[in-house]
Amino acid sequence: MDGTDSQDAFISSWAYDPAPESQDHIKIDKRYGLFIDGKFEEPKSKTYFKTVNPANGQVLSEVAEASEEDVDIAVKAARSAFKKWSGLPAKERGKYIFRIARLIQERAREFAVIESLDGGKPIRESRDIDIPLAANHFFYYAGWADKLEYAFPGRKVKPLGVTGQIIPWNFPLLMAAWKLAPALATGNTVVLKPAETTPLTALKLAEIIRDSELPHGVVNIVTGAGETGAYLVRHPDVDKIAFTGSTEVGKFIRKTIAGTSKKLTLELGGKGANIIFEDAALDQAVEGIVNAIFFNQGHVCCAGSRLFVQESVADLVISKLKIRLNSLFVGDPLDKNTDIGAINSKKQLETILKYIEIGRSEGGQIYQPECTLPKKGNWCPPTLFLEVSQSHRIVQEEIFGPVLTVQTFRTIDEVIEKANNSPYGLSAGVWTDKGSKIFHLTKKLKAGVVWANTYNKFDATSPFGGYKESGFGREGGLHGLKPYIKFE
Amino acid sequence: MIPNLNNLSPYDTLGVQERVDRFCKRSIKKSSKIEGLKLALSMIDLTTLEGKDTPGKVRQLCYKAIHPHDQLKGLPKVAAVCVYPTYVSLAKKELEGYGISVASVATAFPSGQSSLKTKLSDTLFAVEQGADEIDMVISRGEFLAGNYEFVFDEIAAIKEACGKAHLKVILETGELDTLDNVRKASELAMHAGADFIKTSTGKIQPAATLPVTYVMLDAIKDFYLKTGKMIGMKPAGGISNSKIALQYLVMLNEVLGEKWMNKNYFRFGASSLANDILMQLVKAETGYYQSSNYFSKD
Repeated sequence: MDGTDSQDAFISSWAYDPAPESQDHIKIDKRYGLFIDGKFEEPKSKTYFKTVNPANGQVLSEVAEASEEDVDIAVKAARSAFKKWSGLPAKERGKYIFRIARLIQERAREFAVIESLDGGKPIRESRDIDIPLAANHFFYYAGWADKLEYAFPGRKVKPLGVTGQIIPWNFPLLMAAWKLAPALATGNTVVLKPAETTPLTALKLAEIIRDSELPHGVVNIVTGAGETGAYLVRHPDVDKIAFTGSTEVGKFIRKTIAGTSKKLTLELGGKGANIIFEDAALDQAVEGIVNAIFFNQGHVCCAGSRLFVQESVADLVISKLKIRLNSLFVGDPLDKNTDIGAINSKKQLETILKYIEIGRSEGGQIYQPECTLPKKGNWCPPTLFLEVSQSHRIVQEEIFGPVLTVQTFRTIDEVIEKANNSPYGLSAGVWTDKGSKIFHLTKKLKAGVVWANTYNKFDATSPFGGYKESGFGREGGLHGLKPYIKFE
Repeated sequence: MIPNLNNLSPYDTLGVQERVDRFCKRSIKKSSKIEGLKLALSMIDLTTLEGKDTPGKVRQLCYKAIHPHDQLKGLPKVAAVCVYPTYVSLAKKELEGYGISVASVATAFPSGQSSLKTKLSDTLFAVEQGADEIDMVISRGEFLAGNYEFVFDEIAAIKEACGKAHLKVILETGELDTLDNVRKASELAMHAGADFIKTSTGKIQPAATLPVTYVMLDAIKDFYLKTGKMIGMKPAGGISNSKIALQYLVMLNEVLGEKWMNKNYFRFGASSLANDILMQLVKAETGYYQSSNYFSKD
């Protein structure tokens, strides 16, 4: 049988009834102020912006837009809290962080639903990955708080002071956790700016922080768009900026703080190479390809967005991949059976569609499975681009959506060269049954994370970060403490 | 022709488990649940394979196959009744005219430790008695020793002896140790003429598991892509309740899809599953779980 039409052979007929996660247990306020000095405050700007559900366009809440003055107030609150917080016995700091972790766990279901409502990701992911991992990070760094002398043997460490943290919209709560937990454990105070399309779970986290009775001003959360972030970056009394987001903004931040004593860590874009060798467990590799690029609609900086398949198995893998795409459920993020949810924002959808157009005009062969998308909201079906090469823009540039480029290779050296032939260097995946091949590649691939026979696995104990234009500094694990301390 | 087993893609146990976990997380509710439960009921091979089986027990089982629960309207009949060769003619008589097949185990079930001659005559006896389906076991010892040709030839010979009867080949995956072996044995069976491949005899632990069944479904899929021939699948043993049965159906639905979602291509080898499905269906209709005493135990 010809493999090219084979995806039609395995169409399923048993349609599962909608199984939406209930929303009656969640509480979203009509309006959120800025969380400064332990309280929600009206912004001096007096302006608010709407945050919408990307799956249906409904407004979920209004959120304060922090002006330069608001950011200044938040930084001042963080500054005045710093002395007391950093002077607290480390064990006590740890207790507060443990408390935050437990409160997240207690309210995990509410957080999961809000994360999916505000960001469009499938409830399966927010429930099983985002929220548990966020709690995991707080637990992990709570444990380090009173053990810093063991983290850096023979050295005395001090916190930096006030840290400004700017986080993206793809993993809103999780990124807040990645940033807050190590900063707090090392005795810093924080002004955190969530992304403008997904501020809600950070504001719910503010409630938890308030309930945990963390000393006022230790964590301040200022919502707003890029301008608000820029105020934070420029603020003279911020000692460190930690940013996760696009490479473009990362470059701007680095330019802005050049010549100041501000410390910086950047976790930026990526164009991860996912490499399938002929001796791999191919069926699991196909699953790995799906998890690598369609996890969170491809809104993942470490997504495996460039697929490299060894020539001898390319036809087989591609035909299996097409069959698999036809069994993915795209739709309501709150449905427990949804595999691929909504695109985070209209703007991002436009970017993705623009790249799909570029891919077509560059002569890439597009494949999208038949799927009925909801009428309202932002949607993009899982998309493959075949017959593309290193010189195609869709292969070079980060799309940040469910779009996978597929290339083939013949030799190991060839694939290493192609994989590294990118301004980015955040992640890569290697699929082979041979351990020796894995180690050969992990040494040669210029990527901060290399997964072997799996993809997109995260753990609080494991450092994460990039090479080249994917940024610098590590988050997670022991390494994640370092960007928040200085040696005496 | 014996297939080439050297170029099969390996399986990664963790990866397979991860995939299986995803199936288990599917939420099957309301009418899709009822549909799934009824489908599962219609796919059951009601089975009794004990040394202490009696004609009375076989008769009861046949009655149950025809009348799973008369209090509930619109129920499907089960697919088949599965017995030892000595009870085939009795079951055949009891089920006549009801469209329920009689399956018989054969080939020195469950161990398969006998000569080909004995296995062939065992099979012929069951077929003569009227068995519509033969559930044979492979020679695991020969398979594990690497004598794939022996295993292939044996299955081919039994297939020939089956005549018109459908052949289900039991791999006894609980003795095959690795998923790669399960795949190899599946290939041998499918190429040698199996109509169905089946996980287990039910006499060895572990019996059917989701990961093993997943690998076999994947083998069936690849075989179909290569040859255009549809092979059926029968997990057997350990599928004791509706929840597990639905997990198997979700997997079938998402791996092989519509064409395989019927009793011609999928069976459950189970005995206690039927009553649990009935209990769930009654619950769906009445809103109450009833005592197991309200369901006949045959």
